[in-house]
Amino acid sequence: MVAATVYFFSRTWLPALATSSGGALDHQLTLNLILLGVVFCATQLALGLFVWKYRQRQVSLQVTRGGQPDARVELTWLTIAAALFLGLNIAGAAMQARVAETPLAEKPVIVEVTGVQFRWYFRQPGPDGRFGQTNPQLVDASEGNPLGIDRSNPASADDVVSSELVIPAGKTIEIRLHAQDVIHSFFVPSLRIKQDALPGQDIVIHLPPTETGTYDIACAQLCGMGHYQMNAKLKVVAEGQYRAWLRQFPPANVAQVGHPSTNKVAHR
Amino acid sequence: MASPRNPLHAADHSSATNAQAGYPSVFSFSTHHRVIGRQYFFLSLAAVLIGIVLSLLMRLHIVWPQAPLPFLGQIKPEQYLAYMTMHGTLMVFFVLSVAPQNAFGNLVLPEQIGARVMAFPRLNMLSFWTTLISFFVMVSALFVTGGGSMSGWTQYPPLSATISAGAGQGLGTDLWIVSIAIFCVASLMSAVNFITTILRGRAEGMSLMRMPLTVWSWFVTAMLTLLAFSVLLAAALLLFSDRHWGTSFYLPAGLVVNGAAMAGHSGGSPLLWQHLFWFFGHPEVYIAILPGMGVTSHMLSTFSRKPVYGYRSMVYSLLAIGVLGFMVWGHHMFVAGISPYAVMAFSTLTMVIAVPSSVKVINWLGTLRGGRIRFTIPLLFSVGFVSLFITGGLSGPILAQPAVDMYLHDTYFVVAHFHMIMGMAAVFAIFAATYFWFPLLFPDRIMNEQLGRAHFWFTFIGAYATFMPMHFLGLAGNPRQYSQIVGSAEYLQKLLPIHVFITISAFVLASAQLIFIYNLIYSALRGKFSGTNPWESTTLEWEQDRRQRIRVHHGPYEFGPREDSRRDYTVQSEPPYTYKS
Ligand code: HEM
Ligand SMILES: [Cu+2]
Ligand SMILES: [Cu+2]
Repeated sequence: MVAATVYFFSRTWLPALATSSGGALDHQLTLNLILLGVVFCATQLALGLFVWKYRQRQVSLQVTRGGQPDARVELTWLTIAAALFLGLNIAGAAMQARVAETPLAEKPVIVEVTGVQFRWYFRQPGPDGRFGQTNPQLVDASEGNPLGIDRSNPASADDVVSSELVIPAGKTIEIRLHAQDVIHSFFVPSLRIKQDALPGQDIVIHLPPTETGTYDIACAQLCGMGHYQMNAKLKVVAEGQYRAWLRQFPPANVAQVGHPSTNKVAHR
Repeated sequence: MASPRNPLHAADHSSATNAQAGYPSVFSFSTHHRVIGRQYFFLSLAAVLIGIVLSLLMRLHIVWPQAPLPFLGQIKPEQYLAYMTMHGTLMVFFVLSVAPQNAFGNLVLPEQIGARVMAFPRLNMLSFWTTLISFFVMVSALFVTGGGSMSGWTQYPPLSATISAGAGQGLGTDLWIVSIAIFCVASLMSAVNFITTILRGRAEGMSLMRMPLTVWSWFVTAMLTLLAFSVLLAAALLLFSDRHWGTSFYLPAGLVVNGAAMAGHSGGSPLLWQHLFWFFGHPEVYIAILPGMGVTSHMLSTFSRKPVYGYRSMVYSLLAIGVLGFMVWGHHMFVAGISPYAVMAFSTLTMVIAVPSSVKVINWLGTLRGGRIRFTIPLLFSVGFVSLFITGGLSGPILAQPAVDMYLHDTYFVVAHFHMIMGMAAVFAIFAATYFWFPLLFPDRIMNEQLGRAHFWFTFIGAYATFMPMHFLGLAGNPRQYSQIVGSAEYLQKLLPIHVFITISAFVLASAQLIFIYNLIYSALRGKFSGTNPWESTTLEWEQDRRQRIRVHHGPYEFGPREDSRRDYTVQSEPPYTYKS
């Protein structure tokens, strides 16, 4: 019964998965909730039962029962607890290793993700496959250059910066994550992925192949006043649509990277 | 151990009636440990009341961000974050690091080990007044321009290190850092005092294995305090230096804050702070809960009229938790960008620490089993402690698995976890201790029983109603430290009704504390008289005659019917008596 309740809860509460290969974590989580749910019920019931059963009805000097544990009893409990917790530990680690060690099928699509108080910017390298250099001195969001891309650098010419993460369906995505000012955390609930973005450090993570649709991206690390509204959309589109989307950013517009209509970064 | 000349045992002829009345006032610079204990108690009471009011303001803002409040007007997001920082800091530092250890430790520890005084009475006084200064510095941050710090009780840089990062990041954050540095100094002084008193002040016959579990837990807590707070002190000084003296411990090059490139910093690492902070922070959560574990063991044994089940394993598990507590800090950093090998190690060590914690739960259940349980208020709160400890404890192993934590980290699942175990369980132990030692807090009075029962049931149900649903918010992916739901990410909008329910429950929970405050005042003035040893307890703090030299002949929890009297307990200092089995 516990199992059924837990299963029901984990199905209904978790956001819908955006990927077929992300189910491993849901299984691990459900396994956790079931096992620990049983332990929870057993111990809480035992607690209630003992308190009720052994309540003193009148003041008496009866001998109490249940003396001291002998070493065997204690060792048994110790072993049970250790087996439960280390078992979960090993199961979790094994699951993670399976996911991490699945070799990438092909060259991943690379996206650079930058957290800035209080929005996410996504940069794709364009046809040349290379990111242009950036320089903190050049950062100026009002000039349409929130990432400080160095316009004199040839590799910058075709870089595409957007405030939505648009990616092709069914492809592995490599995310290069960093932050400009304070720590943020890149959180995609429907992929069950979260990774802090730190200034001064590049962190690489992979998004598994994803089904088409629109999903939420949130910030999960306190970054200041607007933390609660630091969210963005993940748009997973078919390969052809993705190419069409990329082509909307003419490489000539080096000086004004950004959204096709305004040539600035699109803010919602 | 006790030598005949031990100054901590000098007979106290002058104040033989100490236990009845006649303490120096709480408003005086007293070196008397009972007075200092009461001072600490009132300090944490003030802190918890402010903390609760702030939490209610937060809960209101989360669900009705536009609503104008009396006196405050409409709360802004930066105020939410300032209240949150203040709430967390007051609760963790000024309530949970003060009441369980310093308030009740001072109140009963010396007597429980058969000493007359603390090892360093004047240092003890200094610790309290230093803590009080730190408290005023902390609270003053709410009233300065810009308001209190927004960066949470964990104060992660660069947010906490850059003044331009937001409203409260100027003076408000400076006051936070200064207050915490002062608090660290006070805690270090107090820890030294506790350790010395316990090691040097025990009466003859009070061997380590005859110490009540309360004393054991105060001892381990003092050790943790000594090691953890010294690291926090250093970390806080470095943070202050980064803010004002141009150093770069935590700040890397190339920061662009608020649209302006920050020159002059390079080479620092924001992760350094996280390592230092959590090296303090994880032991800190044990500093908050270990004394509660000691109190719970003490109460369960006293009121089921049975020895503590597995006293030895209780002591060893305390020590194990104390040692392992320093090796698991990385479980707060699974997604912070540390090496996967470190993640593995911290995850495994965290699972290991769950084992001694389980031993404690099993032994508490074993203590209750087969007893003759007296349904006093302290017992109710101790049973509540065990229940909340189980609930909060079982979500720990879930968060300890890095893959699962990747989803649940910094969501309301974590808020539920730490409020259950560190918030509610520890507070329940404080309540149990208050009802239990009330005759020592307000000489010879006892708290009202009916009010106590009402207080317990409302608090117990209120606690579950407030914090249980947060688990589901976490499973749904609701990040913490979000000041509102409306205007936030789309997938969170459907969770608003649960937030409303939680806010209502929080008000029930908070209102129940009015019963407690009323009972406290009423009983202090009008309470029934307790008589000596009202709970028929075995430990020495109830001993009345302070002129005799104390000799200990018994273990701490010798319960069981005696043939020579109508009693079912033997006080530790009674002459030797052997039980017939
Ligand atoms: C009336 C009871 C309480 C209520 C209604 C309450 C409510 C809250 C709320 C709404 C938050 C902010 C959560 C967020 O936005 O992420 C919070 C944070 C927190 N609370 Fe409580 N709380 C209560 C009691 C306690 C107690 C007794 C403790 C003692 C440990 C505590 C410790 C904390 C801490 C450490 C934080 C985190 C602050 C931060 O992130 O910097 N709370 N609480
Ligand atoms: Cu954020
Ligand atoms: Cu921890």
